[in-house]
Amino acid sequence: MAGKIYGKPVAFAVMATVVILVGSIVTMAYPMLRPEMHPRLDALKPFSALQLAGRDLYQREGCVGCHTQTVRPLASEVARYGEYSKAGEFAYDRPFLWGSKRTGPDLARESWLKPSEAWQKRHLRNPQEVFPRSNMPRYAFLEQAKLDPAETASHMRALMRVGTPYTDAQIAAETAALAGKTEMDALVAYVVSLGSAVPKPKIDLAKLDLATANPHGDDPAAVARGQKLYVDQCSACHGDDARGQEGTFPSLVDEVFLGQPGDGTDGAYFAIIAGGSDAKGRLGRAGMPDGGMAAFAGQLTDDDIWDVISYLRAQKAHEAKETPKTEAGEHGQPVEKHQ
Amino acid sequence: MNDYRYDHRTVEGFILSAIVWGVVGILVGLLISVQLWAPGMNFAPYLTYGRLRPVHTNGLAFGLGVGAIFGLSYWIVMRLCKRPLLFPRLARVQLWLFNVGIAAAAVTLAMGYTQSNEYAELEWPLDIAIVVLWVMFAVNVFGTVIKRREEQMYVSLWYVLATVVAVAVLYIVNNLAIPAGFLKSYHLFAGVNSANVQWWYGHNAVGFVFTTPILAMFYYFLPKSTGLPIYSHRLSIVAFWSLVFAYLWTGAHHLVYTPLPDWIQTLAIVFTLFLIAPSWGSVVNGYYTVGQDWSKMKTGYLTKFFVLGITFYGLQTVQGPTQALRVVSQLIHFTDWVPGHVHMGTMGWVTLTVTASIYYVIPRIYGIEIHSERLANLHFWFALVGQLLFSITMWITGIQQGAMWKVMENGKLKYSFLEGLVRNYPYWHTRTLAGIVFTVGMLFFVYNVLRTIQKGRALEAQRAPAAPAAATA
Repeated sequence: MAGKIYGKPVAFAVMATVVILVGSIVTMAYPMLRPEMHPRLDALKPFSALQLAGRDLYQREGCVGCHTQTVRPLASEVARYGEYSKAGEFAYDRPFLWGSKRTGPDLARESWLKPSEAWQKRHLRNPQEVFPRSNMPRYAFLEQAKLDPAETASHMRALMRVGTPYTDAQIAAETAALAGKTEMDALVAYVVSLGSAVPKPKIDLAKLDLATANPHGDDPAAVARGQKLYVDQCSACHGDDARGQEGTFPSLVDEVFLGQPGDGTDGAYFAIIAGGSDAKGRLGRAGMPDGGMAAFAGQLTDDDIWDVISYLRAQKAHEAKETPKTEAGEHGQPVEKHQ
Repeated sequence: MNDYRYDHRTVEGFILSAIVWGVVGILVGLLISVQLWAPGMNFAPYLTYGRLRPVHTNGLAFGLGVGAIFGLSYWIVMRLCKRPLLFPRLARVQLWLFNVGIAAAAVTLAMGYTQSNEYAELEWPLDIAIVVLWVMFAVNVFGTVIKRREEQMYVSLWYVLATVVAVAVLYIVNNLAIPAGFLKSYHLFAGVNSANVQWWYGHNAVGFVFTTPILAMFYYFLPKSTGLPIYSHRLSIVAFWSLVFAYLWTGAHHLVYTPLPDWIQTLAIVFTLFLIAPSWGSVVNGYYTVGQDWSKMKTGYLTKFFVLGITFYGLQTVQGPTQALRVVSQLIHFTDWVPGHVHMGTMGWVTLTVTASIYYVIPRIYGIEIHSERLANLHFWFALVGQLLFSITMWITGIQQGAMWKVMENGKLKYSFLEGLVRNYPYWHTRTLAGIVFTVGMLFFVYNVLRTIQKGRALEAQRAPAAPAAATA
């Protein structure tokens, strides 16, 4: 009997189909019936119109070819990117965009790591301006194109049909607000939203004593450790020389702190580094814009943060001595920066 | 002329189309390999790496790969059924639709219309066209096989039939999407489901585009070109059924350490390890076939293509399962190791087997010899050196990348992401060089095939008034 099937093409094809379907059903179809394949984090919200338009662009430009969006539960990945990815973060992802190649860094925790829209735009316009040896293409052309609210509205309605909880009123209101926005605005809004459904480690800002002096002082070992951390974590925005970027990222070596004259205390520096933009309320600085500064409490230990402050103080002292005769850049180290 | 005529023009049409798309795909591949180390080479939005990468993969998988599969499967099916295609005109229409479809695929991908699922990037109107194409193929294959003039179906036919049904199931399920515009849609499956369905499809695209139809060619053209019968019929039966059974369980090995439930990952890893057995069933069968007379390596210029092809298949199917292991995956996943792995399969196993099959078929359409065996030998060595250089450099830099991502000192990462990235540059330069070597080899192949066709057609024109050309082989 066994040999007969090789003379009966239809029976053969039916048998081949059955054989093929066994594994497909067990590993692909059956899991869909299980609740573990349909989790949703409580904090997860559907993409806003602007974020969805950005996600569409993320797809259009093939960002997924170089950037992953899934942090694996490995110590080194959690240290680099933050909390590992949860199944419940992706309930509204159609399709998933986890990617399979990390030519550039993972973006799953971009809302934790690079929340500044100004930085994202600067980097997208010309990545080599931020990281001279980066191989990322320039995306300045996204600023030339305006979004089409009607198109995004039709995309939202399609998603509504497959269960994304949008309402007609929401679609109308959110897409109307897209008028005049550029593709760059949308892509950046999407990217800085990544990972926001997962609670980021926070410190209790209220408990901080802003008068605390840096326990590491000007210890040269602390300055050296702080320099490495600064290059890895801070220089992408505040510059190799810590002088910042006019209008966006403040200089860390001048006599202005968070938009007001006069430098901050060590404790105030600690608060803004550990708490990011959330520390604004605690510090009471009206001159500081909302958002933009990442909170480093999860990534850096208290000692790390004091090291960075030691380095910044040393840098400032150095700057004060050198400024009259040299231009910036001398202290910038040719070490590669952290992403 | 026999009492029937094989439809050679359609076979040749698919082969020529495959060659054209192959050249396009390879040149795009060269460009994106340069873009990886020279970002200034991203000239315009439609020529950026992000948009061109799927043009490269689709152009080669579907343009070169599926084009060759259509043409060579038809050749195999007609020979093994001892009759022409049941619907020769349908096959002509299929040929035209195929070329229009691939052209539309290349253009829409460069314009940024993509579903973002690997090997399933094409948007829904193109998906429909592809399903139509596949149905045409299925109708002709099944029709011809059902009306065959040979009682038993040879092993190559099993692989062709399995390809036809499996690709249909895989392609349709993974491309289920809700249209949101003329060239925009959203996956019907969300989040972890989307990932699981995609890699069930993605890995089996490898299984049923880069494996089963290529094995059909291997099992047919190796004995044909060497005159040696397949070593073991029983082994080919066992290998066939266990391969098509096990492949469908393995997709989730692409999702190791992702939020996909662990049991699906583990099951996939286990079946991936099992896959070594049926894969090596074919490898062993191939080796023992040629082992009946190793002098064929010397006397037949095609033998080495097939032997090296199946050797790379053997290496590929051990390396793949190794990569699925969690401890290996955590080091090499997401790194350049993986393109190194993929290209051993595509540049080694698939391209060597497909080009050898074409070398076999094209002269026989006209009853002549290949234009130049020397050039074919040269092609072989360029392809081999190019592919080895490509894969080995990618493996080295991939391990280095993976290691630099992982190294921690005193609980802190030792290297920034960019420190790891810049270490790739020398290897990426070498990879471009490897691509150039491989491309030169492929151009020898293209030239050789075109010259052979030119000769054959000239001969046909001469002979035409006198007597009709004899159907060959």
